[in-house]
Amino acid sequence: MREFIDGNTAIVRAALDSGCTFFAGYPITPASSILMAMMSELPRIGGVAIQGEDEIASIGMCIGATLAGARAMTATSGPGISLYSENVGLAIMGEVPLVIVDVQRLGPSTGGATTVSQGDVQFVRWGTAGGFPIIALSPSTVPEAYVLTAKAFDLAERFRCPVFLVTDKELATTLTTVDLDAYPRVEVRSRLTGEEGPPYRFHPVDGVSPLHEFGRGTTVRFTGSTHDEAGFITKHPPTVDALNRHLTEKIEAHREEIEMVDADCDAGAATLVLGYGITGGAVRAAVATARSRGERISGLVVQTLWPVPETAIGAALAGVDRVIVPELNPGLYRREIERIAGGRTVIGVERVDGELISPEQILAAAA
Amino acid sequence: MTVTITVQYRNDTPYPFCPGCGHGSILDRLDEALSTLAIDPAGVVIVSDIGCAGLSDQYFSTSAFHGLHGRSITYATGIKLARPELTVIVIMGDGGTGIGGAHLINAARRNVGITVLVFNNLNFGMTGGQHSTTTPDGAVTATTPGGNLEHPLDICGTVGVNGAGYVYRGTSFDTDLAQRIAEAIEHPGFALLDVWELCTAYFVPANKATRRSLEATIERLGFARGVVFDRPVNDYGAAYLAAASGLPPRTRPTPIAVEHSSPLATSLALLVAGSAGAKVRSAARLVGEAAIRSGLWVTQRDDYPVTVKTGHSISEVVLAPVPAAPVGGGVPDVAVVTSDDGLRKVRSLLGRMSPDALVVTLPDLADAPTPARVMVVDPGAASGRIPRASLALVLLTVAMTRRGVLSAAALRAAAVGPYADENLAAIEAGLALA
Repeated sequence: MREFIDGNTAIVRAALDSGCTFFAGYPITPASSILMAMMSELPRIGGVAIQGEDEIASIGMCIGATLAGARAMTATSGPGISLYSENVGLAIMGEVPLVIVDVQRLGPSTGGATTVSQGDVQFVRWGTAGGFPIIALSPSTVPEAYVLTAKAFDLAERFRCPVFLVTDKELATTLTTVDLDAYPRVEVRSRLTGEEGPPYRFHPVDGVSPLHEFGRGTTVRFTGSTHDEAGFITKHPPTVDALNRHLTEKIEAHREEIEMVDADCDAGAATLVLGYGITGGAVRAAVATARSRGERISGLVVQTLWPVPETAIGAALAGVDRVIVPELNPGLYRREIERIAGGRTVIGVERVDGELISPEQILAAAA
Repeated sequence: MTVTITVQYRNDTPYPFCPGCGHGSILDRLDEALSTLAIDPAGVVIVSDIGCAGLSDQYFSTSAFHGLHGRSITYATGIKLARPELTVIVIMGDGGTGIGGAHLINAARRNVGITVLVFNNLNFGMTGGQHSTTTPDGAVTATTPGGNLEHPLDICGTVGVNGAGYVYRGTSFDTDLAQRIAEAIEHPGFALLDVWELCTAYFVPANKATRRSLEATIERLGFARGVVFDRPVNDYGAAYLAAASGLPPRTRPTPIAVEHSSPLATSLALLVAGSAGAKVRSAARLVGEAAIRSGLWVTQRDDYPVTVKTGHSISEVVLAPVPAAPVGGGVPDVAVVTSDDGLRKVRSLLGRMSPDALVVTLPDLADAPTPARVMVVDPGAASGRIPRASLALVLLTVAMTRRGVLSAAALRAAAVGPYADENLAAIEAGLALA
């Protein structure tokens, strides 16, 4: 049996299958169908969905609900991510698990509401004050949208942090034929909670402490201010240092649990085509076409945008002398590849006209 | 069995507030109110905003959440909706009612069952005595050296006219404040107490403010004093739960069985171009589902203006014998054009089609410049009248039948759902015209 389904619908289904019990969002194209579906579905399973008065309220409600025991998701597009910014910082500092869907549209500003783009890939990484690490996953197909949504819920609990799911207008709204057996079952871990101990732990520096939820019989404190392990505000330098190194190291020291790619490498290829998200379809098609002509070529579709999957990309770079990076922005992710490409030629294939990149464009750059 | 528990809500840490500041006395009244109600401290969540009042949660042994400036009401809303049995109390200053004004109004309007305590000292005390939304007109602050030119926000009136369940205005000197706080906490809907007080660091020295002048200012402004609103309302969360009962189970995937076949050996790009509101997308989707029923792998990418019901509506449908992701750069093998709106949008694409390609369109659009073979379908030649909203499906049926891609049986089988009869009629008309 097959189905005709768009990416937003797959995200909703994955969220419900992953134990999501709370959603708050504000209408915005092209993310609105997630809001509408969650408003319809969550009350049917005993959860709560609410349309906030704006994006700030929506993510704020999600943070509050999470601390009171919910597993929460919100969804918006670039203009909404702008308004999420301060609360993304709060979720990092307060160590609040949360899934944030960014259905990218063409920017800047209001931009093109119904126009595809991949312009937020650096924004989600650096869009809040402080410069601390963030996890961001980016699916390239509808089944991947399902899998990575579930993975986002899993990683949010594993690392007690916000996790971005970065999609785009075309993946969100394009109907695709999917075999119902093509959705792998993703194990989403249960929340590690408890009633004893402080709400925060900074030792070991890469450890993640259980999330003590409100209403489980003990008093618990959360804060967005610089704090000690008990959740009280502090300026004590050794404590502040321990907190901030912990926020970085709990993610950096466990990159192997987070970094995911779909690599299709030919050990004898001199050219690697590397893309992510909706552009991954053109990457795979270009690789298939080149190989059908007898050319040797490698392809890699990045699934974890942040942290950059440097180990897998490094492995794919072996023997390669040039990398082609197609993306729907002015070359935003290319700089990450240049950073780790070790002097290899990195060629960008970029579109900012609201149209998708074609496999032919990639092959022309590879010629 | 009655168990008397002596619970402590205040912890042992002394307040950090300036001498004469009203914050400590309001917090003592909150402590008294909680003691009167004898709620389990673990079941009380104090959500503190930013500013001097935002420090308050640290002096209580209840649960606490200290978030961002102006957003405390949003966190409180999430907490209350996720766990309705918790007692959720927001402590915010007058600054929070400005930056978080939208949240204040909307929480009141929804009647989320939280209690908001506004520590209203008429200026920003923590950042140097700047004016806030509640600074009285004429008052001197660090940012209104010549006297405030703005009218102060009537917090109680604002939340009250927008439906808040319980609203109180008083001062930190009120002897019944603890009782009012307890009433507010016990009220099922949104409750707010606007408690005026003295900022001895800034507002008092700049304005010679006193307890008496606070009262005089409230009176001069014509602001209501005491319990301003106390009305029976439903808590939003309770109303939500009631509305959710009896809903059907969650939606499950709609499986499409492969029961037909198609001779298609290589992928075929189909373009449907018409007017928004003329069922272009739904017709394209029906054809896509007929193709899936025939064992093909289909993608459908739609383009339409944000206004939805005017202008163009374009669907790009790719039918393929193997799975294929949507990519850019395709030129259609078959184009169906049903209106001027659609033609304007795809004219250049039609010009790039190959001579082997097929364009199916209506008589008045037949002169579209394209190297492709143009097949003109005259709906007037049909045996019955064809509604405008059915034209896309009629022409698509003609195109798919002429190209031999989909069988009549597969198309008919895809005509399911609430519009099955209209769609079936359109398919039959198309089959007859093909």
